Amino acid sequence: MKAAHEGPLTFAQIKPNEGLRAALEKKRPDVVAEISRSGLRGRGGAGFPTGVKWNLAGAATGEHKYIVCNADEGEPGTFKDRVILSQYADLVFEGMTIAGYVVGAATGIVYLRAEYTYLLPHLESVLAQRREHGLLGHNILEKGFDFDIEIRLGAGAYVCGEETALIESLEGHRGEPRNRPPFPVDTGFVRRPTVVNNVETLAWAACILARGADWFRGFGTEKSTGLKLFSVSGDCERPGVYEFPMGIPISELLEEVGGRDAKAVQIGGASGHCVPRCEFHRTIAFEDVATGGSVIVFGPQRDMLKVARNFLEFFTEESCGQCTPCRDGNPKLLEGVRLLEQGRCSMRYLRDLIALGETMQVASKCGLGQSSPNAFLSIVEHFPQEIMGRTPQTV
Amino acid sequence: MLVTERERLNEELRELAEQHGRARAALLPMLQHVQRKYNHISAYTMQVIADLLEIHPVEVHSVVSFYAFLGDRPRGRFVVRLCRTVSCDLAGKDRIARQLENDLGIPFGQTTGDGMFTLEWANCLGMCDQGPALLVNDRVYTGVTAQKVHEIIEECRAEFGLHALRKEEEQRA
Repeated sequence: MKAAHEGPLTFAQIKPNEGLRAALEKKRPDVVAEISRSGLRGRGGAGFPTGVKWNLAGAATGEHKYIVCNADEGEPGTFKDRVILSQYADLVFEGMTIAGYVVGAATGIVYLRAEYTYLLPHLESVLAQRREHGLLGHNILEKGFDFDIEIRLGAGAYVCGEETALIESLEGHRGEPRNRPPFPVDTGFVRRPTVVNNVETLAWAACILARGADWFRGFGTEKSTGLKLFSVSGDCERPGVYEFPMGIPISELLEEVGGRDAKAVQIGGASGHCVPRCEFHRTIAFEDVATGGSVIVFGPQRDMLKVARNFLEFFTEESCGQCTPCRDGNPKLLEGVRLLEQGRCSMRYLRDLIALGETMQVASKCGLGQSSPNAFLSIVEHFPQEIMGRTPQTV
Repeated sequence: MLVTERERLNEELRELAEQHGRARAALLPMLQHVQRKYNHISAYTMQVIADLLEIHPVEVHSVVSFYAFLGDRPRGRFVVRLCRTVSCDLAGKDRIARQLENDLGIPFGQTTGDGMFTLEWANCLGMCDQGPALLVNDRVYTGVTAQKVHEIIEECRAEFGLHALRKEEEQRA
């Protein structure tokens, strides 16, 4: 793992359980206020303000509430959560405990994707240690607060990263997203108020309590505060996990990772956007190019149509099949990409495909469907010279 | 299935259901247990689980068919899942795929005749900076090369059957 501008990663500098101790000293509303003031927004990609989420769940009535850690990191090109869980699991559990204290929950659940089953023994041992040290279980740090965490495994479904699908899966159903509202903060796991936060969000929450909201606000932009981990892969010299402040220009990030000659960068994984070289001055932030942390670099030699096909194959496979725009739209777009590859697609049909993609963006039920045509649309928009009038490749 | 075998399975599933509290939320952990142990979830098992949790067997089947890591067709002892998502694709997963098919003698989606290996695609294993990556059951391999494919497969074979016996003997000697 590499931090931006040298020096160790923030997660490595935070003293263990400093955030938790600080939080338990405070009154609940003060902890929420601190998180709200820091401007922390969901690090999984959607960017929902964490303080607002905790506040809503805290205000919801219900005897039992749940804190769910979304460790179903399935976005293509994202692996920061795996690194956090294998190196800084304590920080994540600390964040969950703080959230439990704030919201008034006694149970935390980590939804770990099946592909990361090998992390399970490590995580269980960290939990056991925390229980031993009085950081989990009954009467935490002798403050009269009870909280415990269990780990549940996923079973191989990308869509379960969507919070309502994740809850469906926890309840023993197919991972099909629910209609919202009601939102999980009042009607979540087994219809009880539930906070679903990404792994990284929880870790940052613990850091913010340890260092203060002002420290966090010192990084990033007005609307996208703080630091963020980025998973960088593809055609660059130094792929890996990086820590950068939000609002970093794409060109600067590429400089750091050794991807100077890239012709395009996919920001935000399969559901994100493909940014061409001429737009590398844009910044990575919620108000410009949003991301959950996935950065895939494409070198000058790459065939962008093949990239589009790969993403559409992914969505065709991972669509839960519940709503028509996503279930039928993605195979149709994929078929269109195959026509383009064979050089048999008319301009008129391509326009129809673009219109279909735009329909999917507005008509799909959940984030997966709404964002599934993004990559295709941005590649068609930015690389028209590459995709039209091709001569079929004989393989 | 033998009657005694059924009875044993019934008993096992009943205990499992008790352990997870007999609620609908117990379904996935139960199915995961069965999948891990028997490499598939049979129609009979689904029926028993449905009875235990008091839901329709179709509900159980709908869940089994939804998740990529669950299934009603017997998988091999070793399930090899090659990541096909974009970063691993850029890193050259096509060659690894070809080599896996050649070395195992089966196309993707199938199981070898001896029930040892199943070859499948996976969607993003979260090893994008170290591709191409593949999973063998819960074990992850990164930076896989076509040459390494053979070693990985032999490593698996060495864990079972005659190979394992021979290895044990060697260690004893």
